[in-house]
Amino acid sequence: MPAVQETVERVKRIDVDQYRYGFETLIESDKAPKGLSEDTVKFISQKKNEPDWMLQWRLEAYRRWLTMQEPTWARVDYPKIDFQDLYYYSAPKPKKTVTSLDEIDPEILKTYEKLGIPLREVAMLEGVEPKPGEEDPNKRKIAVDAVFDSVSVATTFKAELKKAGVIFMPISEAIREHPELVQKYLGSVVPTSDNFYATLNSAVFSDGSFVYVPPGVRCPMELSTYFRINERNTGQFERTLIIADKGAYVSYLEGCTAPQRDENQLHAAVVELVAHDDAEIKYSTVQNWYPGNSEGKGGIYNFVTKRGDCRGDRSKISWTQVETGSAITWKYPSCILRGDNSSGEFYSIAISNGFQQVDSGTKMIHLGKNTSSRIISKGIAAGKSQNTYRGLVTAHRKATGARNFTACDSLLIGDKCGAHTVPYIEAKNSSATFEHEATTSKISEDVLFYCIQRGLSQEEAVGLVVNGFVKDVLQQLPMEFAVEAQKLISISLEGSVG
Amino acid sequence: MALLEVKDLKVRVEEREILHGLTLTVNEGEIHAIMGPNGSGKSTLSHVIAGKPGYEVTDGQILFKGEDLLEMSPDERAAKGVFLAFQYPVEIPGVATMNFLRTALNAQRKARGEDEFSTPDFLRKVREVSKSLNIPQDMLKRGVNVGFSGGEKKRNEVLQMALFEPSLCILDEMDSGLDIDALRIAADGVNALRSPKRSMVVITHYQRLLNYIVPDVVHVMSKGRVVKSGGKELALELEASGYAQFEDAA
Repeated sequence: MPAVQETVERVKRIDVDQYRYGFETLIESDKAPKGLSEDTVKFISQKKNEPDWMLQWRLEAYRRWLTMQEPTWARVDYPKIDFQDLYYYSAPKPKKTVTSLDEIDPEILKTYEKLGIPLREVAMLEGVEPKPGEEDPNKRKIAVDAVFDSVSVATTFKAELKKAGVIFMPISEAIREHPELVQKYLGSVVPTSDNFYATLNSAVFSDGSFVYVPPGVRCPMELSTYFRINERNTGQFERTLIIADKGAYVSYLEGCTAPQRDENQLHAAVVELVAHDDAEIKYSTVQNWYPGNSEGKGGIYNFVTKRGDCRGDRSKISWTQVETGSAITWKYPSCILRGDNSSGEFYSIAISNGFQQVDSGTKMIHLGKNTSSRIISKGIAAGKSQNTYRGLVTAHRKATGARNFTACDSLLIGDKCGAHTVPYIEAKNSSATFEHEATTSKISEDVLFYCIQRGLSQEEAVGLVVNGFVKDVLQQLPMEFAVEAQKLISISLEGSVG
Repeated sequence: MALLEVKDLKVRVEEREILHGLTLTVNEGEIHAIMGPNGSGKSTLSHVIAGKPGYEVTDGQILFKGEDLLEMSPDERAAKGVFLAFQYPVEIPGVATMNFLRTALNAQRKARGEDEFSTPDFLRKVREVSKSLNIPQDMLKRGVNVGFSGGEKKRNEVLQMALFEPSLCILDEMDSGLDIDALRIAADGVNALRSPKRSMVVITHYQRLLNYIVPDVVHVMSKGRVVKSGGKELALELEASGYAQFEDAA
């Protein structure tokens, strides 16, 4: 059964209470010494058997990072992070090359099963052929790359993808096996000097996914990565690089969870997308990191840099995100519309409850001629949370005929939360057409009572109304993911009323 | 047999008492009309029976099928068979009417320990009922009440009534905002639901509605009490003489 469908089944069975991924897996792990130094960077590089150019790239980033300051402009408030009090690398033991699922620690497999990602079922690792009659050809396949703490533990459907010419593998492997591609594209969208967290990531990233779709190829299945932080005091710094060559198409899904812990955990990822002429990349995220408890204790600090480069003419990049977790979210998936007639999209649902703080949005940077972008953002704030949309739309001098449409809607549940919209709009070319719409509304008692009078519980009523509010965005998600996201939305809002 | 028994009910909103000891008994299969001027407490009564938050019951009780209704949450009451047709049905953008109907129906069935409807059974049922109410299929694909005319909103209420098969229907000012044709369609829908097992409480200002939905009993409310009860001719009497005579009686 496809991973996502399995997850949906699982969600149905789960006792609807609290964070449902908050378990911890007890396995031995191989960690770098605590703290950050050139030695830590070297340790990570060495663990990964990296070539020297990669180590030098990391060290350069590290030296740059030392000179940088944490950004403070976001509407989020948290105690200062002690970067020396973290582990930067944690790998499940024993660390050896995994060639079949049987060699993976059964505890890790169990973790993924709990998460609803049955690697064993979906997965046929390279060389592991499906038994006759085992596979249902009608079911949609999803290739999964599972990242546990810092290390990719299993990538499925590799062989089948290879047949189509698609490369889908942990980035640590790509560095060794496809150095020419990695060297050409890594850091070409998010340079090592980009921002404090991206630079930190460049120095210490441990794994992530790498995708290359060759010219004219339509990737035969959805690609998916599940990220899991398990280890205590460990930062997760994954790096994802996706390249769609001329005329290629790929749809990529990303899911994230972490155990419940009292202390905060740091997650600083970088995602780079490159779309060449006529290529299209669709990137969807369901982010459900642990948001902290009802008193605001614990939870993930999510500082993520995601950027897509529409490098070629008529290329297209589309971001869809459903953000329900994390104590703090700092995330602006963006598009650089460099190619003429290229287009970028950003569809977002950001839900905050409890003490969560979300500062998220997008940047649409119009450089080419006749470029277009579309932003649909739905923010839902409940409990004592703060939810900010921050977005930049800009047209370069040469971006003749640039067009943007932005709609930001916020929904408030209760009277102790806040929703904020901070749009930045710059047009340096007089032919640009930018439209911006924004609304803020409160969930009405009358609407809730109407639903409840028809037999829905209070929480079902809130879930229904909110799902209606976010419908435009949910429709952008791949089908199986949309169902999962819909359930997740209802669960995230539990206890938000009454 | 009594389906609904309201006994000496006293209700407050914030610090103000709205119902001052209201008593009303509705037997199975009966249609009761409740008439009265603005502010007499008609809508308060309907809200308290349905369990709308914001009302404090300070005295008295409400029994429904012999059970204490005030002990039940509003969704439990719905599952037990209490249906309130709203004076102003709300709009729920992005939630397709069809999806709403199905979610609500299955929630009620689940609460009663019944199996959920299968998709074909549900669709068949909705098609049947919506046809008789002259509700076009494309209306069911739109968001709940979004962009519906006044008549369409009320017909959507009757559609739900027909679908959920409640044993008590409270119609709160069903005639408000309807022209005569729209009123007739909605009333025909309601009449089709008359059954010896189903009771209705029709709340209205005007006698007009009662030409279409003919009641067995008419009550006059004034200042938070039932001040007079009688047969359907009482409604005609009121139409002729107005409510003023009862204002003093209360």
